Amino acid sequence: MNQNSSKINMSKVIFYIITISYALIAIMPFIWSFYSSFRTPEDVNKINISFKNLSMMNYKYIFTNLPIGRYYLNSVIVAAIVTVGNLLINSMAGYAFARLEFAGKDIMFMIVLGIMMIPGQVLMVPTFVMLSKLNWLNSFRGLTIPFLFSSFYIFMMRQFFMSIPKDLEEAAFIDGMSRGGIFFKIALPLVKPALSTQAIGLFIGNWNAFLWPSLIATKKEWFTLPVGLGDLEFRYFSFQNQVMAGTMCLTIPIIIMFLVLQKYIIENSTTSGMK
Amino acid sequence: MPQKRGKPSYAKKDAVWGYLFVLPAMILIAVWIIYPMIFAFRLSFMNFKYLTPEKARYVGFANYIRAFSDDTFKKALTNTFKYSLIVVPVQTIISLLLALVCNSRIKGKTFFKVAYYIPSITSALAVGTMFKFLFNQQGIINRFLSNFGFHSVSWFEDPSYALPLCMIMAIWSSVGGGMILFLAGLQDIPSSVIEAAQVDGANGFQRFLKIILPLLRPTIFFAVVTGIIGTLQVFDQAYIVSRGSGGPLDSTMTVVLYIYNKGFRTTNANMGYPSALAFLLFAIIFTLTLIQKKFFDKGAESY
Repeated sequence: MNQNSSKINMSKVIFYIITISYALIAIMPFIWSFYSSFRTPEDVNKINISFKNLSMMNYKYIFTNLPIGRYYLNSVIVAAIVTVGNLLINSMAGYAFARLEFAGKDIMFMIVLGIMMIPGQVLMVPTFVMLSKLNWLNSFRGLTIPFLFSSFYIFMMRQFFMSIPKDLEEAAFIDGMSRGGIFFKIALPLVKPALSTQAIGLFIGNWNAFLWPSLIATKKEWFTLPVGLGDLEFRYFSFQNQVMAGTMCLTIPIIIMFLVLQKYIIENSTTSGMK
Repeated sequence: MPQKRGKPSYAKKDAVWGYLFVLPAMILIAVWIIYPMIFAFRLSFMNFKYLTPEKARYVGFANYIRAFSDDTFKKALTNTFKYSLIVVPVQTIISLLLALVCNSRIKGKTFFKVAYYIPSITSALAVGTMFKFLFNQQGIINRFLSNFGFHSVSWFEDPSYALPLCMIMAIWSSVGGGMILFLAGLQDIPSSVIEAAQVDGANGFQRFLKIILPLLRPTIFFAVVTGIIGTLQVFDQAYIVSRGSGGPLDSTMTVVLYIYNKGFRTTNANMGYPSALAFLLFAIIFTLTLIQKKFFDKGAESY
């Protein structure tokens, strides 16, 4: 009996050692990079921890030598437009596929599902040619309009709308409310969790996006933060402390957002991820 | 389907609203997916130079044939498959283990969930710059390893370490997302099933092997399918480790990075060639997805 309980304690200890070690593996790179972003070039690779010589120098340097403010502005504007546009467009389409009857609906829905299988790279070259013909390279139009929908989220919204009861909508219908009114005033408020899942996923995804924005924004004043960071890394690699400062400019806002909304994000995705 | 209290006018009105609601999405899909898709398909049979579009001409299968004798492309394909073969199983197993941890009666669950998930919300580019910093020749990882007698390694300048570093980065940043997926799967397993096994005297490991694992099969298949699709399209990690070149010695050249280089980093390139490569990649992914769908359906049946 006694032996048995010590065995359990041992396995518990090992369990906690492993779980805590992995937690450290997951967050230490951030903590170390954050710390290093305040260090001098001479100290940046030293393993010992000291809080002497820490300064805002690296941040000052990148903020004065690169248009980081402009990158922030571009990132926020692009992510906001894309998120709001997607919320509206995907939800409307999802609602139509779930609730409304019209000719060609099934074919359209098959198309929405089918295009999920197309890897974006197939479209890279033609999209670039199209955008340059339209003169949309280096513009907000080019950075946002091609990304205003998501077949994955259209599909998700359809599933959500199908799962809510029809009664309220039917009652409003009899009262003479139009479909548009029903959608905005009754159906949408009922799927708030899905809307927040969508909004968070889209915002984070767009904030982090690199490949497409780097094709579309070729001039500095149109860079988003990731494109700007790629550029900084490319040119200033020898000054790792400055690259780390740039990296923090990109990651800290999204980590703060995550920490504030974490309960929402994790719970939403564990309850609605696969349904 | 006619509605219960439906008058024909309702249905008609519904159809109008239906078109109105799907119109924005369908227009965007037509313009930004279907049209470029057809365009790319045509392009893949052409010699099309961006600066001299008037000289474009059809060349039949020449671009596709060229791919089969292109050593760099073959290398990129090998690298991509290697990457996928290692990253997918490792990330699936770690994700599952983390989910089991967070689903157990552990203290500080929220802390662990948050810690494990944070790498997944970080831009691949930021992950790349951080790892390049931590793994640089004089960096902290080498200093740390030297305490245990390891020689310092130039991780991303050495052809034998650069690709493994990409794999480590990918696994590190993806397991959080996988964990969330498995947590959802675990929460769908009715607790009565597990309690019944407990009553029958099954220990933790037996419960995992005989009950939890089979019930998680659909989720595992989903994780593997999306994992393979995702890894075959790896770009960001390879781009940042090699600064876009795919080096050293093409050791981090992946298919998508090669497409990107051929299309956008080559002066006045033949855009037909990267388009053909993209369709080859599409064909590979499509085939693998179909094969897996077969397995997936089987897995779902037994569920």
